[in-house]
Amino acid sequence: MKKFALTLVSIVAFSNLAIAAEPQEARQAAMKQVGQATGLLSKMAKGETAFDAAAAQAAFATMNTVAKGFAELFPVGSETGMDTEASPAIWANMDDFKAKVAKFEADTAAASAMTLADATALGAAFGSVAENCGACHQLYRAKN
Amino acid sequence: MRWVRWALGLALGCAALGLLVTRPAPLSSSEVAALPAGSAQAGENVFWAGGCASCHAAPGVSGNEKLALAGGLDLKTDFGIFVVPNISSSNEHGIGAWSLGSFASAMLKGVSPNGAHYYPSFPYGSYAKMTNQDVSDLYAFMKTLPASENQPEENQLHFPFNIRASVGGWKLLFLTTKPKVLLDQNNAILMRGQYLVEGPGHCGECHTPRNLIGGFKSNAWLSGAKNPDGEGSIPNITSGSKTVGDWSQADLVAYFETGFTPDFDSVGGSMVSVQSNLSKSPKGDLEAIAAYLKAIPAQAGGT
Repeated sequence: MKKFALTLVSIVAFSNLAIAAEPQEARQAAMKQVGQATGLLSKMAKGETAFDAAAAQAAFATMNTVAKGFAELFPVGSETGMDTEASPAIWANMDDFKAKVAKFEADTAAASAMTLADATALGAAFGSVAENCGACHQLYRAKN
Repeated sequence: MRWVRWALGLALGCAALGLLVTRPAPLSSSEVAALPAGSAQAGENVFWAGGCASCHAAPGVSGNEKLALAGGLDLKTDFGIFVVPNISSSNEHGIGAWSLGSFASAMLKGVSPNGAHYYPSFPYGSYAKMTNQDVSDLYAFMKTLPASENQPEENQLHFPFNIRASVGGWKLLFLTTKPKVLLDQNNAILMRGQYLVEGPGHCGECHTPRNLIGGFKSNAWLSGAKNPDGEGSIPNITSGSKTVGDWSQADLVAYFETGFTPDFDSVGGSMVSVQSNLSKSPKGDLEAIAAYLKAIPAQAGGT
Protein backbone atom coordinates (compact mmCIF):
# COMPACT_ATOMS: atom_id res chain seq x y z
CA MET A 1 0.00 0.00 0.00
CA LYS A 2 2.81 2.30 0.93
CA LYS A 3 4.52 1.53 -2.33
CA PHE A 4 1.32 2.24 -4.21
CA ALA A 5 0.94 5.59 -2.47
CA LEU A 6 4.53 6.45 -3.28
CA THR A 7 4.00 5.58 -6.93
CA LEU A 8 0.88 7.71 -6.92
CA VAL A 9 2.74 10.60 -5.37
CA SER A 10 5.49 10.32 -7.92
CA ILE A 11 2.99 10.16 -10.77
CA VAL A 12 1.29 13.30 -9.49
CA ALA A 13 4.64 14.98 -9.03
CA PHE A 14 5.72 13.95 -12.50
CA SER A 15 2.55 15.21 -14.15
CA ASN A 16 2.98 18.52 -12.31
CA LEU A 17 6.42 18.70 -13.81
CA ALA A 18 4.95 18.01 -17.20
CA ILE A 19 2.47 20.84 -16.69
CA ALA A 20 5.31 23.17 -15.71
CA ALA A 21 6.98 22.37 -19.01
CA GLU A 22 4.08 23.44 -21.24
CA PRO A 23 5.54 25.04 -24.38
CA GLN A 24 4.08 28.45 -23.52
CA GLU A 25 5.95 28.45 -20.21
CA ALA A 26 9.10 26.91 -21.64
CA ARG A 27 9.41 29.64 -24.26
CA GLN A 28 8.70 32.36 -21.70
CA ALA A 29 11.50 30.96 -19.53
CA ALA A 30 13.77 30.75 -22.58
CA MET A 31 13.15 34.39 -23.46
CA LYS A 32 13.84 35.37 -19.82
CA GLN A 33 17.25 33.72 -20.13
CA VAL A 34 17.93 35.70 -23.28
CA GLY A 35 16.83 38.85 -21.46
CA GLN A 36 19.29 38.20 -18.64
CA ALA A 37 22.13 37.62 -21.08
CA THR A 38 21.11 40.78 -22.94
CA GLY A 39 21.23 42.79 -19.72
CA LEU A 40 24.72 41.56 -18.93
CA LEU A 41 25.98 42.35 -22.44
CA SER A 42 24.28 45.73 -22.71
CA LYS A 43 25.64 46.96 -19.38
CA MET A 44 29.12 45.75 -20.26
CA ALA A 45 29.00 47.36 -23.71
CA LYS A 46 27.91 50.67 -22.18
CA GLY A 47 30.71 50.53 -19.61
CA GLU A 48 28.30 50.28 -16.67
CA THR A 49 30.01 47.05 -15.62
CA ALA A 50 33.62 45.97 -16.08
CA PHE A 51 34.52 44.36 -19.41
CA ASP A 52 34.92 40.57 -19.08
CA ALA A 53 35.48 38.78 -22.39
CA ALA A 54 34.77 35.30 -20.99
CA ALA A 55 31.47 36.39 -19.38
CA ALA A 56 30.43 38.09 -22.60
CA GLN A 57 31.14 35.00 -24.66
CA ALA A 58 29.24 32.88 -22.16
CA ALA A 59 26.24 35.21 -22.48
CA PHE A 60 26.28 34.91 -26.27
CA ALA A 61 26.57 31.13 -25.86
CA THR A 62 23.51 31.13 -23.55
CA MET A 63 21.54 32.94 -26.24
CA ASN A 64 22.78 30.43 -28.79
CA THR A 65 21.65 27.46 -26.68
CA VAL A 66 18.21 29.01 -26.30
CA ALA A 67 18.01 29.73 -30.05
CA LYS A 68 18.79 26.11 -30.95
CA GLY A 69 15.60 24.60 -29.55
CA PHE A 70 13.44 27.68 -29.62
CA ALA A 71 11.42 27.11 -32.81
CA GLU A 72 10.37 23.68 -31.46
CA LEU A 73 8.54 25.36 -28.58
CA PHE A 74 5.69 26.48 -30.82
CA PRO A 75 3.76 23.27 -31.59
CA VAL A 76 0.24 23.50 -32.97
CA GLY A 77 -2.08 23.73 -29.97
CA SER A 78 0.13 26.15 -28.03
CA GLU A 79 -1.22 29.28 -29.73
CA THR A 80 -3.02 30.57 -26.66
CA GLY A 81 -3.01 30.29 -22.90
CA MET A 82 -0.68 31.09 -20.01
CA ASP A 83 -0.49 34.76 -20.96
CA THR A 84 1.38 33.90 -24.10
CA GLU A 85 2.43 36.89 -26.15
CA ALA A 86 3.17 34.76 -29.19
CA SER A 87 1.38 36.25 -32.18
CA PRO A 88 -0.92 34.02 -34.29
CA ALA A 89 1.29 35.21 -37.17
CA ILE A 90 3.90 32.64 -36.05
CA TRP A 91 1.72 29.72 -37.06
CA ALA A 92 0.59 31.47 -40.24
CA ASN A 93 4.23 32.05 -41.30
CA MET A 94 6.05 29.17 -39.63
CA ASP A 95 8.79 28.98 -42.27
CA ASP A 96 9.66 32.64 -41.94
CA PHE A 97 9.51 32.39 -38.15
CA LYS A 98 11.94 29.45 -38.23
CA ALA A 99 14.23 31.38 -40.57
CA LYS A 100 14.32 34.29 -38.13
CA VAL A 101 15.17 31.96 -35.23
CA ALA A 102 17.87 30.34 -37.40
CA LYS A 103 19.39 33.76 -38.07
CA PHE A 104 19.43 34.47 -34.33
CA GLU A 105 21.14 31.12 -33.80
CA ALA A 106 23.77 31.86 -36.46
CA ASP A 107 24.43 35.40 -35.20
CA THR A 108 24.82 34.30 -31.59
CA ALA A 109 27.12 31.43 -32.63
CA ALA A 110 29.31 33.91 -34.52
CA ALA A 111 29.39 36.32 -31.59
CA SER A 112 30.25 33.65 -29.01
CA ALA A 113 33.17 32.51 -31.21
CA MET A 114 34.61 36.03 -31.54
CA THR A 115 37.67 37.16 -29.65
CA LEU A 116 36.44 40.34 -28.02
CA ALA A 117 39.23 42.82 -27.28
CA ASP A 118 37.27 45.47 -25.39
CA ALA A 119 33.87 47.00 -24.68
CA THR A 120 33.79 48.70 -28.10
CA ALA A 121 34.24 45.40 -29.91
CA LEU A 122 31.61 43.89 -27.65
CA GLY A 123 29.25 46.75 -28.47
CA ALA A 124 29.53 46.03 -32.19
CA ALA A 125 28.97 42.30 -31.71
CA PHE A 126 26.06 42.94 -29.36
CA GLY A 127 24.49 45.40 -31.79
CA SER A 128 24.29 42.86 -34.59
CA VAL A 129 22.84 40.23 -32.28
CA ALA A 130 20.33 42.64 -30.73
CA GLU A 131 18.89 43.52 -34.15
CA ASN A 132 17.34 40.06 -34.10
CA CYS A 133 15.12 40.95 -31.13
CA GLY A 134 13.14 43.67 -32.86
CA ALA A 135 13.19 42.00 -36.26
CA CYS A 136 11.37 38.96 -34.86
CA HIS A 137 9.22 40.67 -32.21
CA GLN A 138 7.84 43.16 -34.71
CA LEU A 139 5.93 40.44 -36.50
CA TYR A 140 5.67 37.61 -34.04
CA ARG A 141 5.03 39.07 -30.64
CA ALA A 142 1.67 40.48 -29.61
CA LYS A 143 1.44 42.35 -26.33
CA ASN A 144 -1.57 41.43 -24.23
CA MET B 1 -49.56 65.92 -46.80
CA ARG B 2 -47.98 69.32 -46.71
CA TRP B 3 -46.06 68.46 -43.53
CA VAL B 4 -44.25 65.60 -45.36
CA ARG B 5 -42.95 68.08 -47.90
CA TRP B 6 -41.93 70.41 -45.09
CA ALA B 7 -40.14 67.64 -43.24
CA LEU B 8 -38.36 66.49 -46.38
CA GLY B 9 -37.36 70.05 -47.15
CA LEU B 10 -36.09 70.56 -43.64
CA ALA B 11 -34.06 67.31 -43.72
CA LEU B 12 -32.51 68.23 -47.06
CA GLY B 13 -31.78 71.73 -45.77
CA CYS B 14 -30.07 70.31 -42.69
CA ALA B 15 -28.03 67.91 -44.79
CA ALA B 16 -26.99 70.71 -47.14
CA LEU B 17 -26.10 72.95 -44.20
CA GLY B 18 -24.16 70.09 -42.61
CA LEU B 19 -22.18 69.49 -45.79
CA LEU B 20 -21.54 73.21 -46.07
CA VAL B 21 -20.31 73.51 -42.49
CA THR B 22 -18.14 70.40 -42.73
CA ARG B 23 -16.80 70.92 -46.25
CA PRO B 24 -13.03 70.48 -46.68
CA ALA B 25 -11.17 73.69 -45.85
CA PRO B 26 -7.53 73.77 -46.99
CA LEU B 27 -5.11 76.51 -45.94
CA SER B 28 -6.09 79.91 -47.34
CA SER B 29 -3.91 81.49 -49.99
CA SER B 30 -2.55 83.99 -47.47
CA GLU B 31 -1.71 81.13 -45.07
CA VAL B 32 0.08 79.32 -47.88
CA ALA B 33 1.96 82.50 -48.81
CA ALA B 34 3.12 82.80 -45.19
CA LEU B 35 4.75 79.34 -45.13
CA PRO B 36 8.50 79.71 -44.57
CA ALA B 37 11.18 78.19 -46.80
CA GLY B 38 12.20 74.73 -45.60
CA SER B 39 15.54 73.10 -44.90
CA ALA B 40 15.94 69.47 -45.93
CA GLN B 41 18.59 68.96 -43.27
CA ALA B 42 16.30 70.14 -40.46
CA GLY B 43 13.47 68.18 -42.05
CA GLU B 44 15.24 64.88 -41.47
CA ASN B 45 14.75 65.28 -37.71
CA VAL B 46 11.06 65.99 -38.23
CA PHE B 47 10.83 62.92 -40.44
CA TRP B 48 12.22 60.61 -37.74
CA ALA B 49 10.24 62.27 -34.95
CA GLY B 50 7.08 61.85 -37.04
CA GLY B 51 7.91 58.28 -37.97
CA CYS B 52 6.42 58.62 -41.46
CA ALA B 53 8.23 55.47 -42.60
CA SER B 54 6.49 53.34 -39.94
CA CYS B 55 3.33 53.33 -42.01
CA HIS B 56 4.41 54.58 -45.43
CA ALA B 57 7.41 52.33 -46.17
CA ALA B 58 6.52 49.21 -48.14
CA PRO B 59 5.57 46.40 -45.69
CA GLY B 60 8.51 44.36 -44.46
CA VAL B 61 11.41 46.46 -45.78
CA SER B 62 14.29 47.55 -43.58
CA GLY B 63 17.31 49.85 -43.59
CA ASN B 64 17.54 52.43 -46.37
CA GLU B 65 14.65 50.83 -48.24
CA LYS B 66 12.39 52.41 -45.62
CA LEU B 67 13.14 55.76 -47.21
CA ALA B 68 11.15 54.86 -50.33
CA LEU B 69 7.69 55.73 -49.03
CA ALA B 70 5.95 53.35 -51.41
CA GLY B 71 2.85 52.68 -49.28
CA GLY B 72 0.78 49.51 -49.49
CA LEU B 73 0.52 48.55 -45.81
CA ASP B 74 -2.99 47.43 -44.81
CA LEU B 75 -4.30 48.96 -41.60
CA LYS B 76 -7.08 46.60 -40.55
CA THR B 77 -9.31 48.66 -38.29
CA ASP B 78 -12.88 48.55 -36.93
CA PHE B 79 -13.84 50.98 -39.70
CA GLY B 80 -12.48 48.75 -42.47
CA ILE B 81 -9.12 48.43 -44.18
CA PHE B 82 -7.13 51.57 -44.81
CA VAL B 83 -4.42 51.04 -47.41
CA VAL B 84 -1.46 53.35 -46.79
CA PRO B 85 -0.76 55.54 -49.84
CA ASN B 86 2.47 56.11 -51.74
CA ILE B 87 3.95 59.42 -50.54
CA SER B 88 7.31 59.03 -52.27
CA SER B 89 8.71 61.71 -54.55
CA SER B 90 7.20 60.06 -57.66
CA ASN B 91 5.34 62.68 -59.67
CA GLU B 92 2.80 60.20 -60.92
CA HIS B 93 2.15 57.85 -58.00
CA GLY B 94 3.54 59.78 -55.05
CA ILE B 95 3.49 63.38 -53.94
CA GLY B 96 6.45 64.62 -56.00
CA ALA B 97 4.29 67.06 -57.94
CA TRP B 98 2.71 68.63 -54.85
CA SER B 99 3.31 72.26 -53.94
CA LEU B 100 4.32 73.19 -50.40
CA GLY B 101 0.82 74.60 -49.95
CA SER B 102 -0.81 71.27 -50.89
CA PHE B 103 1.52 69.42 -48.53
CA ALA B 104 0.79 71.82 -45.66
CA SER B 105 -2.99 71.59 -46.26
CA ALA B 106 -2.72 67.80 -46.05
CA MET B 107 -0.64 67.87 -42.87
CA LEU B 108 -2.42 70.67 -41.01
CA LYS B 109 -5.99 70.49 -42.36
CA GLY B 110 -6.38 66.92 -43.58
CA VAL B 111 -7.39 68.13 -47.04
CA SER B 112 -6.07 66.63 -50.29
CA PRO B 113 -4.81 68.71 -53.25
CA ASN B 114 -8.12 68.09 -55.06
CA GLY B 115 -10.08 69.36 -52.09
CA ALA B 116 -11.28 66.13 -50.43
CA HIS B 117 -11.13 65.15 -46.76
CA TYR B 118 -8.47 62.68 -45.75
CA TYR B 119 -9.47 59.96 -43.32
CA PRO B 120 -7.94 60.54 -39.89
CA SER B 121 -6.05 57.24 -40.20
CA PHE B 122 -3.58 59.73 -41.67
CA PRO B 123 -2.92 61.36 -38.29
CA TYR B 124 -3.39 65.02 -39.22
CA GLY B 125 -5.37 65.26 -35.96
CA SER B 126 -1.89 65.34 -34.37
CA TYR B 127 0.04 66.98 -37.20
CA ALA B 128 -2.36 69.94 -37.05
CA LYS B 129 -0.27 71.08 -34.06
CA MET B 130 2.96 71.19 -36.02
CA THR B 131 4.74 74.46 -36.64
CA ASN B 132 4.81 75.85 -40.18
CA GLN B 133 8.59 75.65 -40.05
CA ASP B 134 8.56 71.91 -39.29
CA VAL B 135 6.04 71.29 -42.08
CA SER B 136 8.20 73.23 -44.57
CA ASP B 137 11.36 71.44 -43.43
CA LEU B 138 9.68 68.04 -43.73
CA TYR B 139 8.47 68.94 -47.23
CA ALA B 140 12.03 69.87 -48.21
CA PHE B 141 13.43 66.61 -46.78
CA MET B 142 10.82 64.40 -48.43
CA LYS B 143 11.74 65.95 -51.80
CA THR B 144 15.18 64.33 -51.37
CA LEU B 145 13.80 60.79 -50.89
CA PRO B 146 13.61 58.20 -53.69
CA ALA B 147 10.59 57.83 -55.96
CA SER B 148 8.51 54.65 -55.99
CA GLU B 149 6.05 53.81 -58.73
CA ASN B 150 4.05 51.48 -56.50
CA GLN B 151 0.28 51.90 -56.74
CA PRO B 152 -1.41 50.67 -53.55
CA GLU B 153 -4.94 49.25 -53.57
CA GLU B 154 -8.01 51.29 -52.62
CA ASN B 155 -9.32 51.46 -49.04
CA GLN B 156 -12.06 48.98 -48.16
CA LEU B 157 -14.22 50.70 -45.57
CA HIS B 158 -17.56 49.77 -44.02
CA PHE B 159 -20.66 51.93 -44.39
CA PRO B 160 -21.00 54.77 -43.34
CA PHE B 161 -17.26 55.34 -43.05
CA ASN B 162 -16.86 54.82 -46.79
CA ILE B 163 -18.60 58.17 -47.33
CA ARG B 164 -15.69 60.56 -47.34
CA ALA B 165 -17.88 63.58 -46.62
CA SER B 166 -18.61 62.06 -43.18
CA VAL B 167 -15.04 62.91 -42.21
CA GLY B 168 -16.18 66.53 -42.13
CA GLY B 169 -18.34 65.68 -39.11
CA TRP B 170 -15.39 63.96 -37.45
CA LYS B 171 -13.27 67.06 -37.95
CA LEU B 172 -15.99 69.30 -36.57
CA LEU B 173 -16.16 67.19 -33.43
CA PHE B 174 -12.53 66.20 -32.88
CA LEU B 175 -10.00 68.20 -34.91
CA THR B 176 -8.41 70.70 -32.56
CA THR B 177 -5.00 72.23 -31.93
CA LYS B 178 -5.72 72.65 -28.21
CA PRO B 179 -3.17 70.97 -25.88
CA LYS B 180 -4.30 67.61 -24.47
CA VAL B 181 -2.94 68.39 -21.00
CA LEU B 182 -1.98 71.63 -19.28
CA LEU B 183 1.66 71.80 -18.25
CA ASP B 184 4.06 74.45 -17.01
CA GLN B 185 4.51 76.69 -20.05
CA ASN B 186 7.75 78.08 -18.66
CA ASN B 187 9.37 74.66 -18.71
CA ALA B 188 10.99 74.53 -22.14
CA ILE B 189 11.77 70.80 -21.92
CA LEU B 190 8.16 69.91 -21.08
CA MET B 191 6.89 72.16 -23.84
CA ARG B 192 9.23 70.48 -26.34
CA GLY B 193 8.06 67.06 -25.13
CA GLN B 194 4.43 68.10 -25.42
CA TYR B 195 4.99 69.34 -28.96
CA LEU B 196 6.74 66.12 -30.01
CA VAL B 197 4.25 63.72 -28.38
CA GLU B 198 1.02 65.53 -29.25
CA GLY B 199 2.19 66.86 -32.62
CA PRO B 200 4.58 65.16 -35.05
CA GLY B 201 5.18 62.06 -32.87
CA HIS B 202 1.39 61.40 -32.86
CA CYS B 203 1.78 58.98 -29.90
CA GLY B 204 -1.85 59.44 -28.85
CA GLU B 205 -3.13 57.99 -32.12
CA CYS B 206 -2.42 54.46 -30.86
CA HIS B 207 -1.94 54.95 -27.11
CA THR B 208 -5.27 56.71 -26.41
CA PRO B 209 -8.61 54.86 -26.49
CA ARG B 210 -11.26 56.01 -28.96
CA ASN B 211 -15.05 56.21 -28.95
CA LEU B 212 -17.30 54.53 -31.51
CA ILE B 213 -16.83 57.24 -34.11
CA GLY B 214 -13.08 57.42 -33.80
CA GLY B 215 -12.58 60.39 -31.48
CA PHE B 216 -10.30 60.22 -28.45
CA LYS B 217 -12.13 59.41 -25.22
CA SER B 218 -11.87 62.30 -22.80
CA ASN B 219 -9.75 62.07 -19.65
CA ALA B 220 -7.95 59.02 -20.95
CA TRP B 221 -4.96 60.63 -22.71
CA LEU B 222 -2.27 57.99 -23.39
CA SER B 223 -4.00 55.51 -21.07
CA GLY B 224 -3.65 52.64 -23.53
CA ALA B 225 -6.06 51.22 -26.06
CA LYS B 226 -6.99 48.21 -28.03
CA ASN B 227 -4.59 47.71 -30.93
CA PRO B 228 -6.23 49.67 -33.80
CA ASP B 229 -4.62 47.28 -36.29
CA GLY B 230 -4.83 43.66 -35.27
CA GLU B 231 -4.26 41.60 -32.13
CA GLY B 232 -3.48 42.65 -28.60
CA SER B 233 -3.46 46.03 -26.98
CA ILE B 234 -1.36 49.18 -26.93
CA PRO B 235 -0.06 49.96 -23.44
CA ASN B 236 -0.88 52.77 -21.08
CA ILE B 237 2.21 55.02 -21.10
CA THR B 238 1.30 57.39 -18.26
CA SER B 239 2.84 56.98 -14.81
CA GLY B 240 -0.30 55.02 -13.83
CA SER B 241 0.63 52.20 -16.20
CA LYS B 242 1.09 48.72 -14.73
CA THR B 243 3.96 48.03 -17.13
CA VAL B 244 5.87 51.27 -17.71
CA GLY B 245 4.47 53.52 -14.97
CA ASP B 246 7.43 53.06 -12.66
CA TRP B 247 10.11 53.50 -15.32
CA SER B 248 12.38 56.45 -14.64
CA GLN B 249 12.97 59.17 -17.20
CA ALA B 250 16.37 57.58 -17.91
CA ASP B 251 14.68 54.17 -18.41
CA LEU B 252 12.35 55.70 -20.99
CA VAL B 253 15.22 57.38 -22.84
CA ALA B 254 17.23 54.13 -22.85
CA TYR B 255 14.18 52.32 -24.26
CA PHE B 256 13.77 54.90 -27.05
CA GLU B 257 17.47 54.59 -27.88
CA THR B 258 17.92 50.81 -27.70
CA GLY B 259 14.52 49.14 -27.67
CA PHE B 260 15.27 47.43 -24.37
CA THR B 261 13.12 47.72 -21.25
CA PRO B 262 14.79 48.17 -17.84
CA ASP B 263 14.80 44.38 -17.37
CA PHE B 264 16.05 43.81 -20.92
CA ASP B 265 12.88 42.61 -22.45
CA SER B 266 12.70 43.99 -25.96
CA VAL B 267 10.30 46.16 -27.88
CA GLY B 268 7.65 44.32 -29.92
CA GLY B 269 4.86 44.78 -32.45
CA SER B 270 4.32 48.11 -34.17
CA MET B 271 6.51 49.82 -31.55
CA VAL B 272 9.60 48.21 -33.15
CA SER B 273 9.39 50.57 -36.08
CA VAL B 274 8.48 53.54 -33.88
CA GLN B 275 11.49 52.88 -31.66
CA SER B 276 13.78 52.45 -34.64
CA ASN B 277 12.72 55.93 -35.84
CA LEU B 278 12.98 57.45 -32.37
CA SER B 279 16.52 56.13 -32.00
CA LYS B 280 17.52 58.49 -34.81
CA SER B 281 16.23 61.56 -32.92
CA PRO B 282 18.53 63.87 -30.94
CA LYS B 283 18.92 62.76 -27.33
CA GLY B 284 17.52 66.08 -26.10
CA ASP B 285 14.24 65.33 -27.87
CA LEU B 286 14.04 61.85 -26.34
CA GLU B 287 14.64 63.37 -22.90
CA ALA B 288 11.87 65.89 -23.56
CA ILE B 289 9.44 63.11 -24.53
CA ALA B 290 10.33 61.19 -21.37
CA ALA B 291 9.90 64.32 -19.22
CA TYR B 292 6.48 64.92 -20.74
CA LEU B 293 5.35 61.32 -20.13
CA LYS B 294 6.38 61.63 -16.47
CA ALA B 295 4.55 64.98 -16.10
CA ILE B 296 1.12 64.17 -17.55
CA PRO B 297 -1.74 62.94 -15.33
CA ALA B 298 -1.46 59.27 -14.32
CA GLN B 299 -4.23 57.14 -15.82
CA ALA B 300 -5.37 53.83 -14.42
CA GLY B 301 -6.26 50.87 -16.58
CA GLY B 302 -4.77 49.49 -19.74
CA THR B 303 -1.73 47.27 -19.77
